[in-house]
Amino acid sequence: MAAFGTAAGRPLQGRGGSPGFRFTLYALFSVVIMYLDQRAHYLEHVRYVLQAAVYPLQVAVNSPPTAWRWFRESVQTREQLRAENARLRNEQRNLELLAMRYDALARENGELRGLRDALPPVAERWLPAEIINIQQSTLRHRLLIDRGATNGVFKGQAVLDDRGLIGQTTHVGPWSAEVILITDPEHAVPVRVERTGLRTIAVGGGDASSLALPYLPQNADIRVGDLLLTSGLGGVFPEGYPVAKVTEVHRDAVQPLAQVRAAALSHIDGDTEVMLVWFREGHPAAPAPAVGSSGDLPRGNAALQPLAAPHRAPAAPPPAQPITQPAAPRSTTATTPRATPKPASAAAPAPAPAAEAPAAEAPPPQAASPDAPPPSPSDSPPRAMGNP
Amino acid sequence: MKVLTVAGVRLRMLLTALIALILTVLPLPMWLDVLRPAFLVLTVLYWSINLPRAGGIGLGFACGLLLDVFQGPVLGEHALALSIVAYIAVREHQRIRSKPAFQQSLLVLAALVVYEFVAFSIDGWTGHPVTSPLRWLHALTGAIVWPPVAALLSYSSEGRLT
Repeated sequence: MAAFGTAAGRPLQGRGGSPGFRFTLYALFSVVIMYLDQRAHYLEHVRYVLQAAVYPLQVAVNSPPTAWRWFRESVQTREQLRAENARLRNEQRNLELLAMRYDALARENGELRGLRDALPPVAERWLPAEIINIQQSTLRHRLLIDRGATNGVFKGQAVLDDRGLIGQTTHVGPWSAEVILITDPEHAVPVRVERTGLRTIAVGGGDASSLALPYLPQNADIRVGDLLLTSGLGGVFPEGYPVAKVTEVHRDAVQPLAQVRAAALSHIDGDTEVMLVWFREGHPAAPAPAVGSSGDLPRGNAALQPLAAPHRAPAAPPPAQPITQPAAPRSTTATTPRATPKPASAAAPAPAPAAEAPAAEAPPPQAASPDAPPPSPSDSPPRAMGNP
Repeated sequence: MKVLTVAGVRLRMLLTALIALILTVLPLPMWLDVLRPAFLVLTVLYWSINLPRAGGIGLGFACGLLLDVFQGPVLGEHALALSIVAYIAVREHQRIRSKPAFQQSLLVLAALVVYEFVAFSIDGWTGHPVTSPLRWLHALTGAIVWPPVAALLSYSSEGRLT
């Protein structure tokens, strides 16, 4: 032990001055970082580098669950494997049978709408990605996946699994990307009720798999069991992908809004892989740019209009024989043409036929009120008209 | 009595902090996640109390920044919170060190509450949801596991330092 008061005996003497000084320095630095990250988004590059730096750590963190999964898979018995094989075979046959009529239906749909040839599917390219890490606390629902900028992943890309929507990418690193789930309380996805075409916004509910629909009026036509699809607004998700099923509808006479909750269809707990999707640019069902879609809401639900003539980009030639259009108010001036989530015969592989059903049998658009979330049109006209 | 070199201590600090970081971000089921103690804060606290001149504040800042990359809504949030906690611990290290285990746990609880409060306020200011009251549970479980964690960490820092 050296004498007190001299620096010689203190091998760990701080080099950067007194604790107070250093603390001030670090605190200032943190505040500057926070400001830059929050207000100005100057730190995308820093985040990119940091995310690359912690990637090995993230892989290491996930290694125990991965090892456990691998262990469990490797000790599966022959019978289990055979049973799974049989199940998968069965599933594949069913899917093939479903897909057999798909092309014919898509073409028929296109003909009915007056398109000369059916549109190609909106999804252009798929990329499976493995989940590296899952964060599910009450305030944060995030995934980390093992695809990043080197695979062409971009910020705000839609992520799906085989049952429905999972979320979108928020931070993209070189080899990894962070995905915010639709159940995260900070996430909101524009949806449409499949049965009625009613559009609203689904916000993450905070627990494992629930969403809340906080902006529906008392008299909104929504029931338990209704399927929610993406509405195509908002500029991230294309139209027509399944999101959630309504599980709870409370109508409290005192409250102006109904309390509706829904359960997400995707199942993060069981997934080890998710799908990244690239969408065709300029496809009518592709996500509309967020800037242009601001003018979309006041027009009511575009899916409710009688779809006689297809609405196309100005560059495209007119259809062969334009069907006479009923005098429906169609204000297409507000947005760019591809902002209208119009026909999309082939919007989504699975839900396409069902998704278009409400559009086909919907009444003329007088029911759609010009402001506020569009009220329900078809099933309960008196209630829908009573409270705009 | 063994005297550690600066490099040796730094290495130990970094290693323990790395382990704590892994424990903090390890994926857990939701009900366990609610109870998960903030191991990283405990580690930074330990080093700041027991080796106040070894750079606990810098360690807190660096670990916090890493944690932010993992799960911070804004870069710098946990960095600031951990720097504050480390600074308090460095300033009060003599008072904390001389207390018996139970009272130490209470002081650690106070430090963890400060940490959560800073994170909570920054969440609020930056417009992220702060609705869950369950986040304060981390502080409680952290204080409960403080004695064993401190005992474990003292294994890694055996040898007396001025």
